Amino acid sequence: MANGSDGRPVAYINARLIDPSADTDQRGAVLIGDGKILDYGANLFSGGAPYGIATVDCRGHCLAPGIVDLRVHTGEPGEEHKETFDTAGRAAAAGGVTSMCILPDTEPPFDDASLIEFVARRARQVKLAKMYAYGALTLGLKGEQLAEIGLIAEAGAVAFTDGDRAIASAQLMRRALYYAKTFDVLIVQTPQEPSLSTGAMNSGEIATRLGLGSSHRLAEAIQLERDMRLVEMTGGRYHASKISTAEGVDIVRRAKARGLKVTCDTAPHYFALNEIAVGDYRTFAKVVPPLRAESDRQAVVEGVRDGTIDCIVSDHRPQDVESKRVPFALAEPGVVGLETLLPIALELYHNGQMSLPRIWQRLAATPATLFKLPGGRLEKGAPADLVLFDPDIAWVIDPEKFESKTGNTAFDERPTQGRALMTVLDGRVIHRDNKLWPETVAA
Amino acid sequence: MRSLSVSMPRDLLGIEGLPAASISALLDLSETYIDTNRSLVKRRDTLSGRTVINLFFEASTRTRTSFEVAAKRLGADVINMEVAASSVKKGETLLDTAMTLNAMLPDALVVRHHDSGAVNLLAQKVNCSVINGGDGQHEHPTQALLDALTIRRRKGRLEGLLVAICGDILHSRVARSNIHLLKTMGAQVRVVGPATLMPTDIDRLGVEVHYSMRTGLKDVDIVMMLRLQTERMSGSFVPSVSEFFRFFGLDEEKMKATRPGALIMHPGPMNRGVEIDSAVADDLQRSVIHEQVEMGVAVRMACLDALIGGRRNALPGAA
Repeated sequence: MANGSDGRPVAYINARLIDPSADTDQRGAVLIGDGKILDYGANLFSGGAPYGIATVDCRGHCLAPGIVDLRVHTGEPGEEHKETFDTAGRAAAAGGVTSMCILPDTEPPFDDASLIEFVARRARQVKLAKMYAYGALTLGLKGEQLAEIGLIAEAGAVAFTDGDRAIASAQLMRRALYYAKTFDVLIVQTPQEPSLSTGAMNSGEIATRLGLGSSHRLAEAIQLERDMRLVEMTGGRYHASKISTAEGVDIVRRAKARGLKVTCDTAPHYFALNEIAVGDYRTFAKVVPPLRAESDRQAVVEGVRDGTIDCIVSDHRPQDVESKRVPFALAEPGVVGLETLLPIALELYHNGQMSLPRIWQRLAATPATLFKLPGGRLEKGAPADLVLFDPDIAWVIDPEKFESKTGNTAFDERPTQGRALMTVLDGRVIHRDNKLWPETVAA
Repeated sequence: MRSLSVSMPRDLLGIEGLPAASISALLDLSETYIDTNRSLVKRRDTLSGRTVINLFFEASTRTRTSFEVAAKRLGADVINMEVAASSVKKGETLLDTAMTLNAMLPDALVVRHHDSGAVNLLAQKVNCSVINGGDGQHEHPTQALLDALTIRRRKGRLEGLLVAICGDILHSRVARSNIHLLKTMGAQVRVVGPATLMPTDIDRLGVEVHYSMRTGLKDVDIVMMLRLQTERMSGSFVPSVSEFFRFFGLDEEKMKATRPGALIMHPGPMNRGVEIDSAVADDLQRSVIHEQVEMGVAVRMACLDALIGGRRNALPGAA
């Protein structure tokens, strides 16, 4: 089988090339060799591949940069029964994700340079996706003292965050932004004002009927407004994660219009689901921040569409059965997302809201640019991290078939369209035909 | 002895606003006292019969001793008051203390206080000369003068030199006084440190701001390190001592960016392994830290002489 990793060039021909940077969707080919993209374009090999070069016939399916997922929780270290780098890597390969950024809220948390080196070492062993680590913004993710941001950044951390915990103290956030500016690093905040976000689901009629403690949707606006002022004050680089409300989208939109260095992301569950998914106490629909109202969902879709929301992240967070088969209020939040990110994002395409290149800007190109990562684009010399997918193939999401160690998806049994057919990492085919490619598994 | 060629105000509260001619005159006068201090008989009678009170609301051994030695070598009667330990605990206010001492008719008060502006306030209420021995995060004029004297003697000038002031700029009165003095005398000043330790709009003081020692120390003639207080080392302003030292502590490696012959300065007391490595602090070729202490006595003698040595009233236009 043709394989680009041994240095021999391989031509992926007869493809529908999705180029997010050029915003084009056209027939073409990609030539890869030495793990890199050597050439690509509509005219490449239009007269047929030259003799002697191995070819892969894409049969008109979409060939796009591999997904760059900025938000993945693993259980390693500390909770290996939920997920390891191996199972997360397998899930990524199955889902067309070739780069992932791992959140620091492990046990121990990534508040020390040695843990960033640990992630890099494990990624080299696993070889199923490029894996990067966030550094903890504060020591022990406690929101009290700054972590050694300079040393952790030097060890390779791509950005700094306390994960799902927002920094409550305005003074600490101000100093964090100033300090991060010193080292030109990005701060990522999940903007939910903590004292207003203690409940299990979104405030409103459904929470009232279910008798569940709730987190008010304006917790997002309150935290974001404050953070925008601090960004204005400090000039620090700031990225808000998991925007879930109409007000949140609006605040970021206005901040960008004012020229602030602010970006943000959201996850598929915030544009594909609303609080009704909680239904009859479904703990698999418990996430942080909680699923919001339908009007919020629509605003998030519009934010993704108009570019206010820069990136789509999976917010992959594995939880074992023991963490979810408990009363709703006690259940751990989070859903797995690596294997459903692509099909749920494609709903934006099937609903006529966005073109495929635009969706790939949110999934690959912009995340890579923001975090200064090498993948995410079709470009000569860029790593040959690609996903071949059929946008139309219909299937039903079945967590039993996930590569991920746990099956806590909010999209269980959802009929969907579009799926990764092949995932290529540094020119190596690592997943094909719904299974890990044998060479990879042997390796 | 040369006489001052310009008028001096009654008090020395800060460097800001002090004209270049006054600074030069004070430095010139200080030069003469260096010789005095290096001779066998160090005592003069310039301030014979005058009374100087060192009024320290904040613990200090080095500065207080330096002022005491300076005043005694000029023949003054010196009284040291450590107020932190006495009156304040009894509830006496700053101004009560000042008025009490004023009633004893001293000629000069040397005042150090932990609150910015406290020395200015006190100066408004007393009849004698007041020298600011350091107020909060505002000014420490004699430190800037002794630094300038040290530099001028080594480099022959202040004008045109490139000086980097490094570390905790935010909390430093030494940095502020030095910025004012060096800018007035025509030197170029950079401040270097993490953004958490930079005062807001510090660039408006006419300095270049750098967040990296590599760029901040490039081609500088003088590296002035500042002391990082212990309570600021862990978590609030900087994450840890080791991280601060790695990125902002002065060591051999970071010195490589400086111009050959660059001098290393520190107002003391040093935190070795925090803001400065022992290897560079103790390198007598480049480190002038002990020379700064010596210059400190000469500068303080000059300040006392200029303010209460009888020169002031003899000068035209004196306040």
